Amino acid sequence: MPLRTTKPKLAVWKFSSCDGCQLSLLDCEDELLAVAGAIEIANFPEASRAVVRGPYNVSLVEGSITTPEEAERIHKIRRNSRIVVAIGACATSGGLQALRNFQDVDELSRLVYAHPEYIESLNNSTPIGDHIFVDHELRGCPVDKAHLVEVLSAFLNGRKPNLPNHAVCVECKRAGVVCVMAAHGTPCLGPVTQAGCDALCPRYNRGCFGCFGPRENPNTAHLATWYLDQCGQTPEEVIRLFRGINANADPFRRESLRHES
Amino acid sequence: MKAKIAEKKTTMSRTIRADYLARVEGEGAMYIRLKGDEVREVKLKIFEPPRFFEGFLRGRSYLEAPDMTARICGICPVAYQMSSVHAMEQIAGVTVDGPIRDLRRLLYCGEWIESHALHIFMLHLPDFLGYESAIHMAPDFKAEVEMALTLKKYGNELMALVGGREIHPINVRVGGFYKAPARDEVRGFRDKLIWGMEASRKAVALVAGLEFPDFEQDYEFVAMRHPDEYPLTEGRLVSSRGLDIDLSEFENEFEEQQVEHSNALHCVHRERGNYFVGPLARYALNYDRLSPAARELAVKGGLDPVVRNPFKSIIVRAVEMFWAYEEALRIVDSYEPPEKPFVETPPRRGTGFGCSEAPRGICWHRYSIDDDGLIIDAKIVPPTSQNQRTIESDLREYVKGRTSLSDDKLQWQCEQAVRNYDPCISCATHFLKLTVDRG
Repeated sequence: MPLRTTKPKLAVWKFSSCDGCQLSLLDCEDELLAVAGAIEIANFPEASRAVVRGPYNVSLVEGSITTPEEAERIHKIRRNSRIVVAIGACATSGGLQALRNFQDVDELSRLVYAHPEYIESLNNSTPIGDHIFVDHELRGCPVDKAHLVEVLSAFLNGRKPNLPNHAVCVECKRAGVVCVMAAHGTPCLGPVTQAGCDALCPRYNRGCFGCFGPRENPNTAHLATWYLDQCGQTPEEVIRLFRGINANADPFRRESLRHES
Repeated sequence: MKAKIAEKKTTMSRTIRADYLARVEGEGAMYIRLKGDEVREVKLKIFEPPRFFEGFLRGRSYLEAPDMTARICGICPVAYQMSSVHAMEQIAGVTVDGPIRDLRRLLYCGEWIESHALHIFMLHLPDFLGYESAIHMAPDFKAEVEMALTLKKYGNELMALVGGREIHPINVRVGGFYKAPARDEVRGFRDKLIWGMEASRKAVALVAGLEFPDFEQDYEFVAMRHPDEYPLTEGRLVSSRGLDIDLSEFENEFEEQQVEHSNALHCVHRERGNYFVGPLARYALNYDRLSPAARELAVKGGLDPVVRNPFKSIIVRAVEMFWAYEEALRIVDSYEPPEKPFVETPPRRGTGFGCSEAPRGICWHRYSIDDDGLIIDAKIVPPTSQNQRTIESDLREYVKGRTSLSDDKLQWQCEQAVRNYDPCISCATHFLKLTVDRG
């Protein structure tokens, strides 16, 4: 194996978001100095004024595309990066701000701003993968910091990240957490949501609200029927449940639309 | 020849700009245009895209407000959660007390510790020491950076202990918590808090020894005030110019204005214009509510009971971090789990107000809900939108006496002047960008 003469370059980019996912990187207090020793943090404005020009080995992209400027900027990042990893619910599905996709943006803008004409915003909030090829999507609202370290380590070593893709439901069973839906009739998105949080909400006696987005092939229709028949939910409540943190993720979006009268 | 240069200097225009402000939370830029020694224009531009939270909260259940508003900000989600749950509880006519209230304070102390440690050491200190970042600082200040990371980590652990996780905690609900942590888990945190108090003392000694520019402004400080506590989630709104109002009167006194160069609304006092929220305001208006040990530490750090130099906010933050560790210890040592982790809050039509002291200043919320508990209207005024105009005014005053500095130096010092406020731009747009134009 050839010796690396320079450290691989990492860039962190922000689009429409709350900053929480990139903060997760700074929250790796035990690993941060080791990570900074193994790689060159070439662009990370939240942490540093220093900017090193690309190309970059790995770009972490946080946030969703909500303005014309963002829709342009993401292509420059793709051209300048060997690997692009979309991090968090905003970057992988459009995030909570994708609730605008179900409403009239001009009206929303009028509600919040006295001069909506100063505001430049797209009608929809969309994930990074709708605009460019993304090498890996890291789910979560926020992402799990151990997953973040795993993804960086994997890509920098040329291997595939080892991350779970089963449902939150499986995490509950493994941990011996009592099912909140079966035991208490609390609606829970656990059966259709991708694992990664270690069944956090059910451990706290509440239903999952889908931070990690839909798992592969989720049976949302059957689950919705369960909410209506067994948990006594109204169709409006079912809509709100699917239309949350990952409202624009395809299976969740379709399920919420199905219950609109 | 010399005279010519001098003449040229007085008429020459130049621009100082930072197109993407670093070490702040969110996306902003700074633009300053000078003509000779005269400051022509100062703009703190917020280009962080709007996310319309207040708009899409309409039609959602009042119970969803803490989970949804948390997503406004990854750095201070607890501030949003606390302001929103207090507003909803006011509507329900419920007061949360005892161990549940203590747990909320413990969670909020965690957020203050995490946010203050992050800002003091990783966002602000590198400016004073001339480094691009804390990571660049690490080889020369290894022990300090490691101490900072541990201070921050314990703040995060405290949030995870009470809230389930550090970013966007899941355990907060209207009326209290979904689950109360066990007695032993909480009491077991004691040693870390004692270490944190000692490390915070060292932090105060470290930052008190920095060099500060000679810069004081006559601000109107606005903060919360509680009858007997340093303010976190409850109290009235008071100011250094005599304001003393109930939370519900906020909109009578303050208004949000929209300016073209910012996606964040500027919040100003209706008659007196810009004002100042955050650590300096809290400290000046609540000095007597600090614990004796925190006051003693402030004196050791060279602070007067009122600090008007915004660069010294780094010392005040360190004192507040100490206070938060001390308060957390008080709560942990007396903790007994509540019988039930929450108080019932059935839906009821009405309007409620909530306000809490986010690490960077007051975060004010108003909600109206209908009989079914659906949100009819929401208004959220985050700290940074309130400080925006004061940041611009600071930049204008700061640049005035310092136009002989090179562009690079002036830019860096102006960036530092912005970072004094620990601006949280994602919050404010619901809401930052620096440019100095000498043209």
